[in-house]
Amino acid sequence: MSGREPVTMMDAATRLDFKFTAGVAMSKNLHGYEEGKFLGQRCPKCKKVYIPSRGSCPTDGLPTDEIVELPNTGTVTTYCVVNVPFAGQSIEIPYICGQILLDGANLSFMGLLQEIPIDEVRMGLRVEALWVPPEELGPTLASVKYFRPTGEPDADYETYKEYL
Amino acid sequence: MSGFPELTSGRRPVGVVSFAQYDNVRREDARNEVEMLMPVVSEVFGSIGITKDDVGFICSGSTDYLIGGPFSFVAALDAVGVWPPRAESHVEMDGAWALYEAWVLLQEGEIDAALVYCFGRSSMGDLGEILAVQLDPYYLAPLWPDPTSLAALQAQAMIDAGKATEADFAAVASRSRKAALANPKAQVAYDRSPEQLLAEDYEVAPLRRHALPPLTDGCAAMVLAAGDKAYEWCERPAFITGIDHRIETHSVGARDLTVSPSTTLAGKKAGVGAKQVDVAELHAPYAHQELILAEALGLDEGVTRNPSGGALAANPMMSAGLIRIGESAKAIWSGQADRAVAHATSGPCLQQNLVCVLEGV
Repeated sequence: MSGREPVTMMDAATRLDFKFTAGVAMSKNLHGYEEGKFLGQRCPKCKKVYIPSRGSCPTDGLPTDEIVELPNTGTVTTYCVVNVPFAGQSIEIPYICGQILLDGANLSFMGLLQEIPIDEVRMGLRVEALWVPPEELGPTLASVKYFRPTGEPDADYETYKEYL
Repeated sequence: MSGFPELTSGRRPVGVVSFAQYDNVRREDARNEVEMLMPVVSEVFGSIGITKDDVGFICSGSTDYLIGGPFSFVAALDAVGVWPPRAESHVEMDGAWALYEAWVLLQEGEIDAALVYCFGRSSMGDLGEILAVQLDPYYLAPLWPDPTSLAALQAQAMIDAGKATEADFAAVASRSRKAALANPKAQVAYDRSPEQLLAEDYEVAPLRRHALPPLTDGCAAMVLAAGDKAYEWCERPAFITGIDHRIETHSVGARDLTVSPSTTLAGKKAGVGAKQVDVAELHAPYAHQELILAEALGLDEGVTRNPSGGALAANPMMSAGLIRIGESAKAIWSGQADRAVAHATSGPCLQQNLVCVLEGV
């Protein structure tokens, strides 16, 4: 060769754009947020209620056709305190990210916890959803502004230990 | 029970005993992948009166690149229901290769039945761009060649070599789309003469619209059963007597695109030429590729080619190969064929090829 340095690096920029299909079940769940409601779906066999449901019971493989409206209240099964800044962060740190098990649901989901000092958050904390004003409701979980403590006594560990 | 055919591959007779596929559509807007698969899995079990608890292994074929989300194959398992915990595997390939993995496991003899399923959607992104990402990352992928342009290079090479003409491509498309009229799962079917088709404009010369596969959202599922279990679930199982898959170089420019040596080799290993072939279901997404495959497998004029219409009738990514095996099995179940050859392909210009010989007793 001509004594040139070997090529050790090249740029090959790749970008692919996708159109996501939420599906029948998840669309029902998302439309629920437009009305300020938590809509889950129940398995006809094991009777578990999934929110959000992808349309199928992952245990039984059956369609979860029955819609179940769930209450605004639930339990924090576990949580973490976010102290690390990252690109695109929209909430001031530190903040609490909780795993919320709504009453009557068999699947927990992630939610923002506020109106509680960070050193007081705990597993078993009873919380309720605070929704954004009606004119701001949309087909997104962002329609829930955040979850906050209800002031009830903590839930018994036995009631949520299956969902950790 | 009517005995088992002589095997070229393996030692344990494994039969295709059930098959189901989605209604192939241009774009499935309402349902997600799980919701598409659920009725298909339900049908593939239900039509032979079994449940997920009757199979000892589950293997799927799909690729996250089509959906743009990680681990979509794990999410897809929700369509089957995997409790209590099941033995499961996945290949980033067409479902035909998932069938191969299940067939290997069935050869070992620990399990007697397996579910194979696959899914893929062409509608969620730009399929041409997505498929370009699978190419050699240094010299080819940065050029973003779409699959139709690559296939057109192959078709032009055939013309330059004097192996085929544009009229030959039109004849394949005319016959396939006409046969597809009898296939309720076909997405594109019509009765047009080769002359009519040749009046179309070029998409990418020398390929006209008729020589291209449709863009399809779909999925498919199949049940395999070994030995006596096959007869328990199916009157005339389509036994896999030979199966093999081979691959050619990643570099499209280094290949003679007018031939398919990987198909020829896989066909030999699978014993295609040992006996008369009644039906061949060839996974040729582009019309000219059927000619290459027929030559590679040594199929004569007496073989009925692609009675389903083939991939020109519907081309659901990751499923169109398994569907060729399913359509071949159907021909054996019905008695329409005693021996069928199914072929699946993947990659640009027939890069990877699987050949499966099916026989009924």
